[in-house]
Amino acid sequence: MSETVPGYRRPGLLTQPPYNAPDYGSTRLRHPQQELLRLPHTLTETSAPRFSPQRYPARADLTVQADGSAAMGERIIVAGRVLDEDGRPVRNTMVEVWQANAAGRYNHPGDDHDAPLDPNFQGMGRVFTDAEGWYRFVTIRPGAYPWRNHKDAWRPNHIHYSVFGAGFAQRMITQMYFPGDPLLALDPIFHATPDEAARNRLISKFDLELTQPEWALGYRFDIVLRGREATPMEDNH
Amino acid sequence: MPAPTPEAAPMQGLVASAHQTAGPYWHLVDFPEWADTTRHFAGNLPPGERIVLTGRVTDGSGAPVADAMVEIWHADPKGEYPDPNGPAEEFQGYGRCATKADGSFRFVTLKPGPVPLGDRARANSRQAPHVALAIFARGLLQHLCTRLYFEGEALNETDPVLGAVPPERRGTLVARQVEPGTWNLDLRLQGEGETVWMAV
Repeated sequence: MSETVPGYRRPGLLTQPPYNAPDYGSTRLRHPQQELLRLPHTLTETSAPRFSPQRYPARADLTVQADGSAAMGERIIVAGRVLDEDGRPVRNTMVEVWQANAAGRYNHPGDDHDAPLDPNFQGMGRVFTDAEGWYRFVTIRPGAYPWRNHKDAWRPNHIHYSVFGAGFAQRMITQMYFPGDPLLALDPIFHATPDEAARNRLISKFDLELTQPEWALGYRFDIVLRGREATPMEDNH
Repeated sequence: MPAPTPEAAPMQGLVASAHQTAGPYWHLVDFPEWADTTRHFAGNLPPGERIVLTGRVTDGSGAPVADAMVEIWHADPKGEYPDPNGPAEEFQGYGRCATKADGSFRFVTLKPGPVPLGDRARANSRQAPHVALAIFARGLLQHLCTRLYFEGEALNETDPVLGAVPPERRGTLVARQVEPGTWNLDLRLQGEGETVWMAV
């Protein structure tokens, strides 16, 4: 199969988690056993849906309800840039986030953890990057929660991220972690990514520049999407 | 000035962020209306055939995957993708659907047309009509990707992606019309009849 349009660079072997990660029990029956087919990138992979804020209204403050009621917990500001591997900003792209509340409970019927729900915290946000790739939202620092994967399994504090990019091959879902969390060392989902530097890039940085005095601490979390392959060399003959 | 060495690292040296599982609680970003890509077009649907795409997701034991996020992305009925600089009100062949307790999903959309291959050497070549599928779930540290094709399309015979799949596994990518306008493709994460998953 010949390559078609210039596609996206393929990930390094150790910088992404595998499908089969025995320490993470849920992968056991869900990982493919056959080798994946390498798909050349065509227009299907290099184009992506567009999300207009008119149709997909932003929700950048997860801590306040429409009627002004405030969520419980430690308010934080989370901001960062979405870039590609060449350092180019990914503009006007939709960033979705979801998370547990301050007590470590998701506003989700499947979550039966014995921790209180907060009627003023849904745990869902949606923002768009600006021309420089920046996004920013205000939320509550999520709590840790147990998850039965192994003895004393507790997920480190984390925020789920869903990002689209400019090509469907850039589509990704990841998690942002917090610096200094003792649970990170024990977490098989975090540790599934073999490359230490790659997984440490999922840990946000405490950032006084983002902090709003007397109001909320700031955390910086940048996301890097795959870069484009170099354009194939033209044959002059 | 010394010539750059061939081994020179990419300009910025940035590496794509690691994926992580969507987990079991991703439904906080589930909006059931997203499963219908035609929802923004009351009486002014772009010309084309409105279709339903269905299927069931099962795991290595044959059990339904009841907590998956299924996404689709495909061209419009003319085989075109929206212009990144065009109006955002254009048809977007993007949908998201949560699987139910029986592992099933259901989309309403417009049947895509053949997409240009984009190959200079074969300027007039077109891919068979297809839908990109992305599956996110607990236990999937990265999403799984594949394509859905439509049974009976003449272009299936010459499509380079289908052609790269061993004939005995090709059926895992080809949806069947189970009733007029409704196409079904079941997805098997692992084991017998495993879907041909793709490294995108």
